Amino acid sequence: MTQIVVTNVQKVFKTKDRDVVALRDINLDITKGEFVCLLGPSGCGKSTLLNAVAGFSLPTGGVITVDGKAVTEPGPDRGMVFQEYALFPWMTVAQNIAFGMEVQHKPKGEISAKVDQLLEVLKLKDFRDRFPKDLSGGMRQRVAIARVLGMDSPIMLMDEPFGALDALTRRNLQDELLRIWKEFGKTILFVTHSIEESIYLADRIIVMTYRPGTIKRDQRVTIPRPRDPSAPEFNELKRELGLLVMEEQQRHAADELKLAAVD
Amino acid sequence: MNAKIKAFFTGIIVPLVAVLLWEGAARAGFFSPVVLPAPSAVAIKWWQYLAPALPWDSTQQSWLAWLFSGEMIDDAIGSLYRVVVGFIVGAVLALPLGLLMGASTRIYALCNPLVQVLRPIPPIAYIPLAILWFGLGNPPSVFLIAIGAFFPILMNTIAGVRHVDGIYLRAARNLGVGQWTLFTRIMLPAATPYILAGVRIGIGTAFIVVIVSEMIAVNNGLGFRILEAREFMWSDKIIAGMFTIGLLGLALDTAVSALNNHLLRWHRGLEH
Repeated sequence: MTQIVVTNVQKVFKTKDRDVVALRDINLDITKGEFVCLLGPSGCGKSTLLNAVAGFSLPTGGVITVDGKAVTEPGPDRGMVFQEYALFPWMTVAQNIAFGMEVQHKPKGEISAKVDQLLEVLKLKDFRDRFPKDLSGGMRQRVAIARVLGMDSPIMLMDEPFGALDALTRRNLQDELLRIWKEFGKTILFVTHSIEESIYLADRIIVMTYRPGTIKRDQRVTIPRPRDPSAPEFNELKRELGLLVMEEQQRHAADELKLAAVD
Repeated sequence: MNAKIKAFFTGIIVPLVAVLLWEGAARAGFFSPVVLPAPSAVAIKWWQYLAPALPWDSTQQSWLAWLFSGEMIDDAIGSLYRVVVGFIVGAVLALPLGLLMGASTRIYALCNPLVQVLRPIPPIAYIPLAILWFGLGNPPSVFLIAIGAFFPILMNTIAGVRHVDGIYLRAARNLGVGQWTLFTRIMLPAATPYILAGVRIGIGTAFIVVIVSEMIAVNNGLGFRILEAREFMWSDKIIAGMFTIGLLGLALDTAVSALNNHLLRWHRGLEH
């Protein structure tokens, strides 16, 4: 069943002296329960597309629908996990997780039961009453994931959520995410610039071009999970996607040099 | 613990030497006791000022009431009362206005010019008007203190709301938060580090203003008492009063700082 439908989406940012076309002619159908990665170099519009689906920054052309309803504003049906965690520092771990449910006016007993369950699922029980400042980056991102799970959003939007973490913590959280994805049956739209991360996680990888952002390749990943990043088939796909991404990265680099020369 | 004791003794050396020099110079008659009395004389006066004037009479009053019947206690309570009431009045007016001005550019544009014109006027400059409007006693004093507390809290609240990190607002909108909840549970707590810095400045200003206002418009309180002592040339009492003012100021600042630490226990950059 198709859950997210992106039709002819355009996004133009107007700046003082020129218009930047961040997205052009994006068409994308995402099925319920699918794990989709948006892959590309910086400036390819992958975060712009994610923000458009989230409703933070609406497209200047085209339509995005979720479960048949057009996206016009952010909402708890599309829970977002930010790269910079975005936990509320004045709330404890448990309060951060509970906040979204309180906003939805769920009954108190239900909230506290759910918080306990999520603390358990994300191995955060010992951190229940800590403030975010006392947690490592990996722990903070666990809390952010728990917060989104607490809202029961069918869709999870993730904007380079593990970008700031060290390699080991990152792999660890990727495994957790896959476990949660299976257990809770979420649809995940995940932005990354790591080719390996996208192959490790996704059912489908959308490779995007640099400015204007278009879809360069819609790649299904059929390698059975758990995937072994050292396996030949993994590396073959990695090389293939690497070539695609590098082409775009070179255009990005050339563009930056050109802009620097103008300045 | 050992380090604490050591720090205590290190800290006490300079004040102790200063007091001993002062005492020695006073006893040697280097200056008249009216100009600068010996610290021992000040200490005695301070004790007399603090202690109850009359012996305890169980038929007249309870022991506790008698214990606190000294003139200094009465003055300190009077000053503290004015500071607290004036501060609350100032804060209760400044906080909502600051939140509105910080959150809405339109309200900011409407109110900011007036604020900028009034803000540089020192609260002390309102004294003549305060007496004209409110007469003598507590009302003019409370009015002046409220003005003294109002502007620091207002300015910091505006800055605090304006500096709320956009990522919190985005996360909140994603969670489906409505306007009122956004205001009370996101913007207000996010702005508290700024607001509390304003509170601390505000209470400091309030304490300065209370002493000045008592010298002019009120008939009790620590500020009134030291000015009254001057008329009798009681310099020992003046200094004893100043010392008490210092102690009360320290107590106020410690209390605000403790409140600060409690409310900001989540905050990363906490240093006290």
